Amino acid sequence: MNRQSDSTRETSSALNEQIYSTRNLWSGILFGLGLIAFLDEVVFHQLLRWHHFYDQSTTDIGLISDGLFHAFSWFATIGGLFLFADLRRRNALWLTRWWGGVFLGAGIFQLYDGTVQHKVMGIHQIRYVENVIIYDIIWNVFAILLIVIGVILTRRTAGKNQPGGRVSSERV
Amino acid sequence: MSVYKHIPIHSIETTLSHESTFILPQLILVFPFLLMFVLYIIAILLSNRKYRKWPTYRTVYWMMGVFAAIVAVAGPLAVKAHVYFTAHMLAHLFLGMLAPLLLALGAPVTLFLRTINVKRARRITKLLKRKPIRIVTDPIVASTLNIGGLWLLYTTSLYTVMHEHILIHILVHVHLFLAGYLFTISMIYIDPAAHRTSYLYRSVVFILALAGHGILSKYIYVNPPEGVTEEQGEIGAMIMYYGGDLVDIIIIFMLCLQWYRETRPRFSLEINNFPTKNI
Repeated sequence: MNRQSDSTRETSSALNEQIYSTRNLWSGILFGLGLIAFLDEVVFHQLLRWHHFYDQSTTDIGLISDGLFHAFSWFATIGGLFLFADLRRRNALWLTRWWGGVFLGAGIFQLYDGTVQHKVMGIHQIRYVENVIIYDIIWNVFAILLIVIGVILTRRTAGKNQPGGRVSSERV
Repeated sequence: MSVYKHIPIHSIETTLSHESTFILPQLILVFPFLLMFVLYIIAILLSNRKYRKWPTYRTVYWMMGVFAAIVAVAGPLAVKAHVYFTAHMLAHLFLGMLAPLLLALGAPVTLFLRTINVKRARRITKLLKRKPIRIVTDPIVASTLNIGGLWLLYTTSLYTVMHEHILIHILVHVHLFLAGYLFTISMIYIDPAAHRTSYLYRSVVFILALAGHGILSKYIYVNPPEGVTEEQGEIGAMIMYYGGDLVDIIIIFMLCLQWYRETRPRFSLEINNFPTKNI
């Protein structure tokens, strides 16, 4: 009896994962973006003190971009985790896909920060040393690596786990 | 009245010794908060006679909120705030963000409605449903009053004028507190809210408001208000930036929690997700 209900649960969980596939991805993306922004703040601003609170070369648009992303990342961290809790209570958490989202969100923000915000808008440099280019390369290569992992994980979870394509009709 | 005129740092000690000159605005600003505290206690006593006991945690929130507001407008921090920009920022954080949040968590309207009879309570809630209330409690309007007011204060000469005129000093502080309270109750619903807006709308406006707050902090870092030294401006800006973040994550958490609770799944809507064990 018990075993039977367990197996029902498993199929229902697989179905729910499929139904909430997009939500799994977005929960991961939001949390990943918030997490990397938080690590940036803690590690590079506060612990290492490499990043400056303000750089004279900051453009106006850089100041606005920084402010918007900072506010959004606070919200995204908390909102992403609440979405995670929501997926769990719906028995729809799909961890592989969720992690794919985390890597994607973290990587995309890291790349945007390392190219557009640091270099084009000049909000601050990674470190105030002579060969900052070395830091820039490592920073952005790391960002691309995160994105690649994210893409692999999300592609592996896209379209799979679909028992005979019945899902779309069953949803209604 | 030019007692608040900005004084070079070397004469701070002499300024602080004339604490008595700051007494009047302190008393005027403290009074409403003391009154709010007393009224809240009376309301609890009245309410407890008719209904079940008013939750202790709400009372604790209210007490902490009143305390945070009083610390900001009177006593050593308020006196220092006239001279040090850093102290000013800390006081403003208390009065404009922390106190409003804690007071909102005290659910004063709910408590008030419990102390009066049903007929009167209906009249009051009808009043709260009117258009002017809807306008000022709209997230965009409340955010503009709140963050817009801050931009006005720190990027114009208002900051200097505030230190020279006692009336403007009081008005700025009253606005700061009220706008902070409106902002809080437009984002999270603790008391009955007659004009609810969607969670997505509130989230988007909240992010824009928080961004406006952060951008202003960094602007102040480079362009401190008149009469503020570079060092004081930089530390003050960072207090504003990180202090604002700290209070705002509580609001974000509450907003998301309310959203999460309201969208809780109903079992009938889920495929095979009914509690099998109970069958």
